[in-house]
Amino acid sequence: MKLACPLCGARDIREFHYQGAASLADRPDPGAPEARQEFLDYVYMRDNPAGENRELWFHAHGCGAWLVATRDVTTHEFLSVRLATDKEPTT
Amino acid sequence: MRYSGLKVFLNGLTGNRGWAPVWRDPAPKDHYDVIIIGGGGHGLATAYYLAREHGITNVAVLEKGAIGSGNVGRNTTVVRANYMLEGNVEFYSHSLKLWQNLSAELNYNVMLSRRGCILLAHSDGQLDALARRGNMNLMQGDGAELWDGATLRRHIPYLNFDDPRFPLKGGLMQWEAGTARHDAVAWGYARAADRLGVDLIQNCEVTGFRITQGRVTGVDTTRGHIGAGKVGMAVAGRSSQVAAMAGLRLPIESHVLQAFVTEGLKPVIDTVISFGMGHFYISQSDKGGLVFGGDIDGYNSYAQRGNLPIVEHVAEAGMALMPMIGRARMLRSWGGIMDMTMDGSPIIDRTPIDGLFFNGGWCYGGFKAVPGGGHVFAHLIATGKLHPAATKFRLDRFARGAVIDEEATGATPNLH
Ligand SMILES: Cc1cc2nc3c(=O)[nH]c(=O)nc-3n(C[C@H](O)[C@H](O)[C@H](O)COP(=O)(O)OP(=O)(O)OC[C@H]3O[C@@H](n4cnc5c(N)ncnc54)[C@H](O)[C@@H]3O)c2cc1C
Ligand SMILES: [Zn+2]
Repeated sequence: MKLACPLCGARDIREFHYQGAASLADRPDPGAPEARQEFLDYVYMRDNPAGENRELWFHAHGCGAWLVATRDVTTHEFLSVRLATDKEPTT
Repeated sequence: MRYSGLKVFLNGLTGNRGWAPVWRDPAPKDHYDVIIIGGGGHGLATAYYLAREHGITNVAVLEKGAIGSGNVGRNTTVVRANYMLEGNVEFYSHSLKLWQNLSAELNYNVMLSRRGCILLAHSDGQLDALARRGNMNLMQGDGAELWDGATLRRHIPYLNFDDPRFPLKGGLMQWEAGTARHDAVAWGYARAADRLGVDLIQNCEVTGFRITQGRVTGVDTTRGHIGAGKVGMAVAGRSSQVAAMAGLRLPIESHVLQAFVTEGLKPVIDTVISFGMGHFYISQSDKGGLVFGGDIDGYNSYAQRGNLPIVEHVAEAGMALMPMIGRARMLRSWGGIMDMTMDGSPIIDRTPIDGLFFNGGWCYGGFKAVPGGGHVFAHLIATGKLHPAATKFRLDRFARGAVIDEEATGATPNLH
């Protein structure tokens, strides 16, 4: 398994740390009226699709960038990847 | 047909022509009192205990593939009750007690082998933590023996005691733990449930729920609609997918766990050894193969096969703990998809939908839990009440902050 870091190129998956669903990058507003429920969903609930999954990877043993990747979890194939700081997908 | 030693002997003399099919292959009825989704260990055991303990025999188990083709036939067969936290300790204790007479009760040899299970410690602090864990087990009436380094060396002399990074300081032994024949557990429960009148319906995938005014009334399947008074889910690894059909979102991610077996060797490892620091555990099967495994691969997966980094990691951990296995040749490796919950502990509960019950989130440890899980789930479905041995596996424990997190890693399923 290789993941193509936009900064470093295709690298062995062992260089990366898997953080989980990409939704973890969208922390709810703690001041919102529904914050309790929103944080519960944010921390504990997952879509867990059997197909395309949007997920957060950290290039821990590389450039240190956070990446948002879309991966088919039934085949492990990466379909796209971008820097988490980029608004639009770069690939 | 009742099985006995005499039957085996007589059939041996007559070319084994006297065996009949072990269970019926019924067509689904229009309606059942209870439908169980998933013909794995938990689904089959639940159906058996519904019939046997609660007299509810108008029951169907719907299995999308063949009975036992899921994780119940893919695991490394370790049976133990050496957990540490309240919630888990009483449940696994309950399950271990049900294992005791299982072969006799089912009239099917599940080959339970109480060869013990040792958790290893690499520092004085770890040994203290194991002592605490052992006390939790003793309070449940389960076995626990704290071994110092010398005792460990006497029992298991071939370990790498003086590894500079992970020296062995002792361990916690549970003699009542061991292994069982996984397929026999599935087949034994299936046969026993069938004999009590449960319909085992294979190649029947549930594709949707019928829910009227907040109450489940049946399921849609690849073999048509089937009505039900109550429905229990026991679809390990597929829980999020099946629950989503009922509009539920779960605190679960699906991950792949791999396991490995070597060529058959003469008896060498007479217990189950768990090397926590290297994420490695090993036992020897009755056929002689060394059966071992380690961590999950660490990212969501429904692929039912893992990748090479974990193969390498598990092999390294094995070599670090017992260099002698380096000479054995690995025959096979495989993977299974498991529900990893947000705290690493299972969920057995009602759902917000009336009549719909949930059993899942077994992570990598649900085989030992098959008798207990089936028993308490049947109790819940039949009586509507939680069984005293499983009061803490609630769906809402995350909202209440009542998580049961043995590894203390928080809401990170890939690290449990
Ligand atoms: C490699 C590996 C090693 C393991 N080692 C151990 C161990 O040593 N000790 C231990 O205690 N545990 C172990 N486990 C965990 C254990 O195997 C599982 O937790 C347990 O088997 C899960 O429960 P089950 O038997 O009911 O699951 P399964 O056997 O997977 O049953 C679920 C069934 O549901 C069916 N299903 C899914 N969706 C549908 C649908 N829509 N309609 C109809 N049917 C459906 C599936 O086909 C499947 O047969 C291991 C797991 C793996 C993968
Ligand atoms: Zn990079």
